[in-house]
Amino acid sequence: MFEATNRNRWARRNQSLIGALLGFMTFVLILPVLIILGVLVVEGGPAISWEFLFSEPTQGMTAGGVFPALVGTIWLVVVALLASVPLGVAAAIYLSEYASDNWLTRFINLAIINLAGVPSIVHALFGVGAFVLFFNFGTSILAASLTLAVMTLPVVIVATRESLQAVPQAFREACWSMGATRWQTIRKVVLPNSISGILTGVILEVSRTAGETAPIMFTGAAFFLPFLPQGVLDQTMAMSLHLFVISTQVPGVPEHLPYGVALVLIGMVLSMNAISIAFRMYLRGKKKW
Amino acid sequence: MTMKIAIETHDLSFWYGDFQALFDVNLSIKHGRITSLIGPSGCGKSTLLRSINRINERIGNARSTGQILIHGHDILAPEVELLQVRKEVGMVFQRPNPLPLSIRDNVLFGYRLHHGKRGLKSSERDRIVEKALSKVLLWDSVKDRLDHTATQLSLEEQQKLCIARLLPVQPEVLLMDEPCSALDPSATEAVEELVWDLRDQFTIVLVTHNMAQARRASDECIFMLLGKVIEHSETGEMFVNPSCQETADYIEGRYG
Repeated sequence: MFEATNRNRWARRNQSLIGALLGFMTFVLILPVLIILGVLVVEGGPAISWEFLFSEPTQGMTAGGVFPALVGTIWLVVVALLASVPLGVAAAIYLSEYASDNWLTRFINLAIINLAGVPSIVHALFGVGAFVLFFNFGTSILAASLTLAVMTLPVVIVATRESLQAVPQAFREACWSMGATRWQTIRKVVLPNSISGILTGVILEVSRTAGETAPIMFTGAAFFLPFLPQGVLDQTMAMSLHLFVISTQVPGVPEHLPYGVALVLIGMVLSMNAISIAFRMYLRGKKKW
Repeated sequence: MTMKIAIETHDLSFWYGDFQALFDVNLSIKHGRITSLIGPSGCGKSTLLRSINRINERIGNARSTGQILIHGHDILAPEVELLQVRKEVGMVFQRPNPLPLSIRDNVLFGYRLHHGKRGLKSSERDRIVEKALSKVLLWDSVKDRLDHTATQLSLEEQQKLCIARLLPVQPEVLLMDEPCSALDPSATEAVEELVWDLRDQFTIVLVTHNMAQARRASDECIFMLLGKVIEHSETGEMFVNPSCQETADYIEGRYG
């Protein structure tokens, strides 16, 4: 009485076909990542050494290391974070916890979404106009980092807002019903329980900031500058721009050098991501509901 | 014997946007008794309960007219400090909602809000925690794990903890929004017994869907329908001899 009918067999065959198709699509999706990483490791691996990481480019950037660019990228990322995290987290807290739902907040939300869609080259030109010229920071780490910060603000805001909204409303009601103000509620209950999500947004921002080229090339990143920046008003080299320059602008660069630079850049971003994932798992483990 | 009136409403109306949820509610709820709010879903009993500590105001377009007097003071008056209202009027929710903190910190949460952290000696702190937890009959089972997370407790224990955390600030009124509806029968019985024991010291207003609960766990009943109070009488009276036909129909389960 339990034999398969033709219809059953047909349905079963369909299901395995679809499963195989979806699996194949997924594989196609991760293929580029694997190829990129593979090629970089094979081609750029031989270039990597302590000396490569910790020495300056020499002979018209056709030899030597990446140290000034490495340090410059760290500068750019740190200053951009200092600007965008307080601003983005504050805005997200306001939008999620304080603001009522009216035309103004809807307009602000729309603006944030649109900010995320602005091409990076447009941000670059905005950065030149606003930070380099109007605020008169000159081409400097400060101007470049602020441009990067504006560009990545939507990521921080959206990630923070989503993790705030993931905190159950029941916790807020419990606090309010005991006479806590909004801020007491946020500080004692909402923020401690959403910090892991906020950090995820911050780390995502770090990955993007480290890799962006267009926003920094007019605002603060230098073509070639064989010494380290001394402060935020100095120009600096950066990994992403350095990669662009030695790949396209300088003749006679040995083949393995750009691959080596790309490998170091990707290594930086991936290790940031790995740290963030580990940290998030640690915080999740401590989560109490 | 005239009993002290704890909560009075005068012509209280309430709107969510264009929807009117309460129509000219006039009530007086006596001190030291348990008063049940009963009625079918959407009759406004939760709205009424939630306006007594003004937690409804968090909803964007809510507004109200009329007066709510607690011990003679209108809590809707402009000069009233909302945080003081919340201190005097504690609330227990449908789903137990202990904060994701330790059991100890849950009990002390409200106290710290209203007294500040400083000046609280650890001996005094321990005394407050023990007193509150003892009162809700939880002390013996949790005294060795006060630093454990409150959300790991059973639902019954969580709900008792939610009552316990209100006690250190010494509220006058306890509002309970279907406090047992997420609990199993034995936990329901335990929480009901606890509420019954607390009734002399507080004014307790209880929303319930459960007729049997209203009958066994309250002194007075208020029956509401479509945002209006239909009947308010002694529980025994209402269940034996309801004065309105609607009340009788609801109690007998003809709608609801």
